[in-house]
Amino acid sequence: MNAVLTLEEVGVSLVGRDLFRPLDLTVAAGETVAVMGASGQGKSSLLLGICGGLRPPLRLTGEVTLDGHSLAGLPPERRRLGVLFQDPMLFPHLTVRENLAFAVPRHRSREQRARAIDDALGRAELLAFGERRPATLSGGQAARIALVRAMLAEPAALLLDEPFAKLDVPLRTRIRAFVRSVVADAGIPCLLVTHDIADAEELGARVVALEAPSAGEG
Amino acid sequence: MTAIRLPESGRAPFALWPPLTLAVLVTPVVGGLLGTLLPAFGYLPALGLDRVSLAAFGELWLVPGLGTSIALALWVALGSTLLAFVLALAFVAGTMALPRSAWTRRLVTPLLAAPHVGVAVGLAFLLAPSGLLVRAASPWLTGWQVPPAWLFPGDPWGLALVFALVAKETPFLVLMILAGQTGIDADRRLIAARSLGHGPLVAWIVAVLPTLYPGLRLPLFAVLAYGFAPVDMAAILGPTVPPILGVRVVELLGDAQLARWPVGAAAALLLLALACLAMGFWRLLERPTAALGRRWLTGGPGRPMPALIPRSILTVAVLPSALALLGLATLPLWSVAGRWRFPGLWPDGLRFDGWSALGVDLASSVVVTLTLAVVVAGVAVALVVLCLEAETHRRRAVPPRAVLWLFLPLVVPQAAFLFGVQVLLAGLRVDGTVLAVAVVQLAFVVPYAFLTLAGPFRALDPRWALAARSLGRRPGEVLWRIKLPLLAAPLATALAVSVAVSVALYLPTMFAGSGRVRTLAVEAVALAGADRRSAGIVVTVLALIPLVAFAAAAVVRRRTERRR
Repeated sequence: MNAVLTLEEVGVSLVGRDLFRPLDLTVAAGETVAVMGASGQGKSSLLLGICGGLRPPLRLTGEVTLDGHSLAGLPPERRRLGVLFQDPMLFPHLTVRENLAFAVPRHRSREQRARAIDDALGRAELLAFGERRPATLSGGQAARIALVRAMLAEPAALLLDEPFAKLDVPLRTRIRAFVRSVVADAGIPCLLVTHDIADAEELGARVVALEAPSAGEG
Repeated sequence: MTAIRLPESGRAPFALWPPLTLAVLVTPVVGGLLGTLLPAFGYLPALGLDRVSLAAFGELWLVPGLGTSIALALWVALGSTLLAFVLALAFVAGTMALPRSAWTRRLVTPLLAAPHVGVAVGLAFLLAPSGLLVRAASPWLTGWQVPPAWLFPGDPWGLALVFALVAKETPFLVLMILAGQTGIDADRRLIAARSLGHGPLVAWIVAVLPTLYPGLRLPLFAVLAYGFAPVDMAAILGPTVPPILGVRVVELLGDAQLARWPVGAAAALLLLALACLAMGFWRLLERPTAALGRRWLTGGPGRPMPALIPRSILTVAVLPSALALLGLATLPLWSVAGRWRFPGLWPDGLRFDGWSALGVDLASSVVVTLTLAVVVAGVAVALVVLCLEAETHRRRAVPPRAVLWLFLPLVVPQAAFLFGVQVLLAGLRVDGTVLAVAVVQLAFVVPYAFLTLAGPFRALDPRWALAARSLGRRPGEVLWRIKLPLLAAPLATALAVSVAVSVALYLPTMFAGSGRVRTLAVEAVALAGADRRSAGIVVTVLALIPLVAFAAAAVVRRRTERRR
């Protein structure tokens, strides 16, 4: 995949007021860009807006394109964006295997689906955990399943919303390495928002800082 | 700059459902009011009346004892609402002040589940001169060997009716207060106020109540509107000569002399006017009450309150509901009591033949009641889910005033518009059918389903749906496979509440069913005046249905909690 994620003058506004100075940004295939900013500056809202989940009164402004196609007006399921949040958001009423099956595109045959799920479980080093409920997984295991689940949907870009924030420090390093290897293998653009510079460093990311809106802007 | 937005031409998912649901709620009320208004002013072509006149109102003023009926209606509605509100506040504040008393909140659910007519029959059996309370105190305390000659229940002042309404509505208001508290971070407010030196009781009144009150106004008006025509309870506990205005309306509208119907319609409009007046009066009193409260609150923290005070307040607050529960609990005993001489505390023998004799007759009522409950609850919850889902896909935030329409059927007294509904249904030739009853019941059940489900649905982390949709799934599939299973516990509770509301509906079932759809609530009111054993049997079965529904909801809740 050679998709490129482009943000042109993209910002988040609340009742007509910009939360940060609009961004111009291009994330190349295989590249990771870390958007950094203080708490409450609108980092998570930016990511929610890009994947189509921003609710009123917050509004995303500007133009987001993926591989040259505008995402404007597209519902989240048609944007081809994988997303990881601070919490793994594994559906608690489904087993790990069912969680993964939920992400595999429908057009695959039964055998292909089963193989894809087994591969994902293997990648996460959790082959024996398929029938377990998410509540029985450790934080690190859940984070790995969340990532391989996102990748099973064959996204054209990956959005990460501080996915390491709730992990303890030693685990954080291991999961960062896991994310880095998965993103590198997939060769897709990856946009990370974080307030922790170590996230950016360990993912080998280019850093972009959010700036406060200038007076009179918005 | 270009905003990322949904295509203007495309309709947001589920957009069709809110207007459809609104139609289900508003049509019976508006159509019913119109169908009442026209006959009241002399227009009812079915009876050959086609000239607008005020004759019906003239005749209404000549009805003997109308003034007393009006005074009783105002006293019963305003008195019971005010008392229930004060007791609900006292209950919540008391349990806040006495953490060990939190278990008393468990009293709320069974009473919420209990149908009005069940509470009325239970209290009648408990408080009557030959009821269990007098028996328990006789003859050792009272010296009575025969029941005293009290006119209670059925007293001319409506005290028994007010007491029963207070017992039934206090738990509903407690639930509304507790639900409101979760949205305003009451615990932290309480801690902040206590750290300033206020005791727990005062801290709750200072820091929580003022923010909570605006959200309670609508439930309070629903209680007030119901209090204007609690026909099922009044038939068992209310004064009879003359009865409250709501009962008069139903009597006039059910008169065999069809010429009395316009007079009944005029009485229904009078009832509506009184209810509007009472709500206006309530609103008018809010400002001076708040001003008085503010003066007291800004006086600063006082001396610590002895624990006896919150304990006494809590006891008083719990008393009516506890007696109602006791009354309900004794119903099965009355249903099998053989000969039961006064002042014996236990019947001379137990007889189960009443169950087998009445059971056959009741079978069809049980089937009709259950069918209606299951269908109405299912459709009501489905409509509410689809409306709430539509809300999450809206491009603009939902204005809070839009939700007010949902409560329209609850804040208009039932007796004021149900005759009009019957006229409309008769015009469509569907009156007296189970389908007509189901449609009308829906208008009363949907608001409660919404009250139960809206909070948990809106509180569901939106990232669940976003995570699922970013995995390529459409909104409908995400709702069905992800959101609904995550909301299994509140959905089960909403279904249980809807079942409880449906089985308890008396007046809507009577009018839409034209008296031909015999649900258990209808049978219970009809049999309440007959022998205690028959009434005990019907009301026991009636009260069991919502209890089973709530028990099932508890099982679902426990199972989902275990999964997390």
